[in-house]
Amino acid sequence: MSDPESVTPDQAAAWDQGSTEAESNPEPELFFVSHESDQGEQASSERSVSIAKGSRIASAVPIQKAPGSDRYPVVIQRYEGAPMIRLQADDPLQRQGQVACSTCHSVRKPNLKNTVAQLDQFHQGFSFAHGQLTCYACHKAQQPDALRLADGQPVAYREVMSMCSQCHSQQAIAYQHGAHGGMNGFWDLSRGPQFKNNCVDCHDPHVPKYPSMKVQFKPHDRFLQTNDQSSDH
Amino acid sequence: MANSNSAQNTPASPELPVVNPTRRKAVKAGFATLGLAAFAAAISPLRSAAKQTSAQAFFQNHYRELSAEDKRKVIARLEAETKEKYGAEVHIADDRPIPGTKFVYAINLSVCNGNGNCVKACHEENNHDRATHQSYIRVLEMDKGSMELGNGDSEYQGVVPKDGKFYLPVQCQQCDEPPCVDVCPVKATWKEEDGIVVIDYNWCIGCRYCEAACPYHARRFNWKQPEIPAEEVNPDQSYLSNRIRPAGVVEKCTYCLHRTRRGKLPACLEACPTGARVFGNILDPESNIRWILENKRVYVLKEELGTKPAFFYYFD
Repeated sequence: MSDPESVTPDQAAAWDQGSTEAESNPEPELFFVSHESDQGEQASSERSVSIAKGSRIASAVPIQKAPGSDRYPVVIQRYEGAPMIRLQADDPLQRQGQVACSTCHSVRKPNLKNTVAQLDQFHQGFSFAHGQLTCYACHKAQQPDALRLADGQPVAYREVMSMCSQCHSQQAIAYQHGAHGGMNGFWDLSRGPQFKNNCVDCHDPHVPKYPSMKVQFKPHDRFLQTNDQSSDH
Repeated sequence: MANSNSAQNTPASPELPVVNPTRRKAVKAGFATLGLAAFAAAISPLRSAAKQTSAQAFFQNHYRELSAEDKRKVIARLEAETKEKYGAEVHIADDRPIPGTKFVYAINLSVCNGNGNCVKACHEENNHDRATHQSYIRVLEMDKGSMELGNGDSEYQGVVPKDGKFYLPVQCQQCDEPPCVDVCPVKATWKEEDGIVVIDYNWCIGCRYCEAACPYHARRFNWKQPEIPAEEVNPDQSYLSNRIRPAGVVEKCTYCLHRTRRGKLPACLEACPTGARVFGNILDPESNIRWILENKRVYVLKEELGTKPAFFYYFD
C-alpha cells in the first residue's frame, strides 16, 4: 500500500495541493498509509463527479514518543482545508480542473428550501446519499468552505470526525478502541507509532456507504481445483 | 505294517541330512553379507553427511540441541541457500516471544466484505508459492444466519459483498489446546509462550497428521518447492515463520511472528481495507482486543471441540 505507484488520483490531487512543507520533506513511506488505494478496486462507481479531499496534514519529522512518555502516539489521518470538486474534463494542456464550492457559493445566496433533487441542475453528476441530510446540515451556509456542528458552531475540516461522531456515536466509540476503521503500524506502542484512518478515508461523506469491491485474488483450493497450473493441494 | 516300514528304513540312507561343507560356507557368507549390509545401513547417515551442504545441516537432522552459535550457523546456511536457490538476499531472524504477551486476533464479521486482500497480503508476506496462490487464510462465503462451515464457499468470485451472504475468514486459530501439536510424531510443532503454534520446517517429516487433526483446515502442505521470483521474495524473515519452506513439509499461519514479535501488526490486518481485523495482547488490560472481548458479542469457531482458540469473531 505504500507503493507510490498505487496512489489514486484522489490522493495525488490531495498531495498536489499540499503545503510546501510537506513537499520539501519527503516523509518516511510508512507514514499516512491510506487505505484508499485498496478502494481503487471498487467494483463500480455511479459517481461521475469526484470530490478531492483537502490536503493531507503531513508530519515533516518522524513520529516521536511524546515527551515524558514511553509510548509512541496513535496518529490519525487528517485533512486540512475544503474539498475541491474535480471537473469532468481536462483543459487543453491535459490539466485536470478543480473548483472550490465557494467559487459559486460565495456569490450565491443559500436557499435552505432547496432539496438535493432540485439542485441537480447545478451539480450535474454529483451523487448524494447520506440519509435525509441536506447540504447545510454539515456545511455552514454563510461559509461554504466550512463545516458546522449540529449546534451551528463551526468546525475545521481537520476536526471533521467530531462532526461525524455527533450521529455515529457507536462507531466513534468502536473507533476509539480499534474495533472500527482499521489501523497500521505497531500494536505495541512502546516500539512504534500506530496510524489510523479518518472517517472520510473509507466513507465518502456524500455517499458514505462502504463501496462494493471486486475479489482480486483467490487461492486454488484443493477440493474445487480444476486449474492445471496449480498443485493438487 | 510296522515291520515292513522298519524293514524299508533299515538300509542306510545316503539322503540322511549330512551337513555339506560348501553349503555351510555359503550360509556363513550370506550372513556376513547381511551383516555388512546392516552395518552399511547403520552408518548411512555418515555417508550421506558427506553429501550435505555442511556439518550444521547434518547435525540438525540428527538429534542434538543447538547452541546459540549452532543456531547462528544454521540461519547463515539457510540464508545462503535462499541466495543460491532464489537469488534473493534475505535476513532470517530468530524472533522469540516477548515476555508478558499472549497474542489474540479478532475479526468483525459485520464489517468484513470478503474482498480477500488479507489472503493476498498473506501470500506475499509469507513467501508462498506463486503458481498455487497459496495462503494461510481462507475466506468462506456463508449464508446469513448459518454457521455451517461445511456450506461455506471459498471459491466465490466477483463483486462483494453479495446479498444474503456474510464472509468468514479462517486461518490458524492458535488454539490453547491444539490437536495438531498432540498428533505430531516427531514434536516438530509446538505452542510458544505467546500462544503462537509454530513448526520447525527442518524437523517436520511431512506425515501430515497435523493437517488431518486441525478442525479448521488451517495447515498447508508443500507439495513442491515454492517458486518465487527473486524480486518478490520478502527478505524480512524469521526461522519459525516466513522463511521459504522446503518441499514436503507442513506450514501454517504464525500471526506473522516476524512482525508481531517486533511490535508490528500482522500483514493481513494491515491489508484489510474494511478495518475488520483487530490484533493485540490479551494480557494488556488497556488493549483494543480486551475492549472488544469485554464489550462485543464474541464467539469462537467449533467451541464444542474444546480447542480453545485464540481467535475470535464478533458482530457489531
